[in-house]
Amino acid sequence: MGMEVAHVSASGMGGIRTAGDLVARMEMSRGMKLKEAKEYVANKLKVSVLDLSDPIAMGELRQDLNIGTMAPFVGGAKGIEAKLRIAELLDIEINCVNRFKDKLKW
Amino acid sequence: MQKIYARMGDGSATELSESELRRDLEEGTRDAAERAKIPPLSQGELAYLYDMYSSPARFVGVDRGNEVIFSYDNGSAKSREDLTEIPLHRAQEAQVYEKFLGADMVDFGHIDYSFKPVKAIVTFEQQALEYTLLVTTAPMFYGSQPNLGTYTQPDGPCPNPMELLPQGKITEARMAQEEMIEHAVKDMVYVGSAMYESGADGINFDTAGAAGDADFLATLRAVEILKKKYPQMGIEVGMAGEFVLGMHSELTYDGVRLAGLYPHKQLELVEKAGATVFGPAINTNTDKSGAWNTARAVTFVKPCTENSHIPVHANMGMGLSGIPVADCPPVDAVSRASKAMVEITRLDGL
Repeated sequence: MGMEVAHVSASGMGGIRTAGDLVARMEMSRGMKLKEAKEYVANKLKVSVLDLSDPIAMGELRQDLNIGTMAPFVGGAKGIEAKLRIAELLDIEINCVNRFKDKLKW
Repeated sequence: MQKIYARMGDGSATELSESELRRDLEEGTRDAAERAKIPPLSQGELAYLYDMYSSPARFVGVDRGNEVIFSYDNGSAKSREDLTEIPLHRAQEAQVYEKFLGADMVDFGHIDYSFKPVKAIVTFEQQALEYTLLVTTAPMFYGSQPNLGTYTQPDGPCPNPMELLPQGKITEARMAQEEMIEHAVKDMVYVGSAMYESGADGINFDTAGAAGDADFLATLRAVEILKKKYPQMGIEVGMAGEFVLGMHSELTYDGVRLAGLYPHKQLELVEKAGATVFGPAINTNTDKSGAWNTARAVTFVKPCTENSHIPVHANMGMGLSGIPVADCPPVDAVSRASKAMVEITRLDGL
């Protein structure tokens, strides 16, 4: 596990601490290459590409958008709730969100 | 002449002179170029590596804006209670990866991490995945290995090619591998379908080709079937090594012989099969320095990123792509390999 810390510190976006999970979703769901995926997410979030890896800028924005943070505030979106908002924000299909909606007959 | 602090491929400390470091970088890139018939690194890229590997800094990182995506294999079983003595449920470990370790994509899998044993307990895996998906935010793969070795007798249904080959029974060994492919494809499609139906964002075929060309062919066929069945499914194919072993040697996919393929050619077939992410894996040589291994690994991966139409995530776990073969790889070695891979190849993730 220690290796992951070194790797992520050296060259990682940072996952839900930043916008790494959102960029990852565009790579996975649309097969976008990294540059295109970053630009797509930055455009949707109305921030610069450089902001996407900034945990301060993105932490505040994620809290405002209520799309899940490392330490969610009381009442803030967690887990599947956050993913439901992310699917709408990025205009993508998220498999488990669709199944969750089906169960709720949303 | 000043000595440079360096690491060997097993992580042990050593010292190199300036000329030895230059020689290692040049020999590393030349070795990859000659094996795979690809261009070596340019003088500018070698100078970049020289500056980084001769720096006394304990830790290095990419320039701001060059950060990449991190996906994982077997991420939900890395802490392993029996190994680290940290009793974590897989759901908790996924949360640790997401919240503490900055994972951009999380991997969920069974401790055996092979499709065949998972088939028998797939409903338990579905249940655990469904719960984990409720409490995590990052995209999640269900990960497992094709692992054709699990299909040999006495545990599996097929004669063992590794026993037949030394007896000179080439035809029988090939027939056994062809039978193993059929079983493996069925199991991978069965498990992959079940986990996708339970909500996984995608399936991670990890360590593809570990048992050779038959293993790789089974993976490609399973990817093709799953992509047709679920067009929205994310599929990552991470390779077992830099070179597809010709254990059968006559197998082809889309007219291309699989035995002997290097990463840039593996990528072309993985793309054709319908995968979303390709993970090249370059072996680390413990007898060579970290600089030699990184120069070599970067040379192999660079033509993948230059020619790919899908994201490329190089496998950079312990013992791969310039990372030392050690349980606790030193941060100086990891950060140098990580930065070099990202900034020279311009790939999409690790």
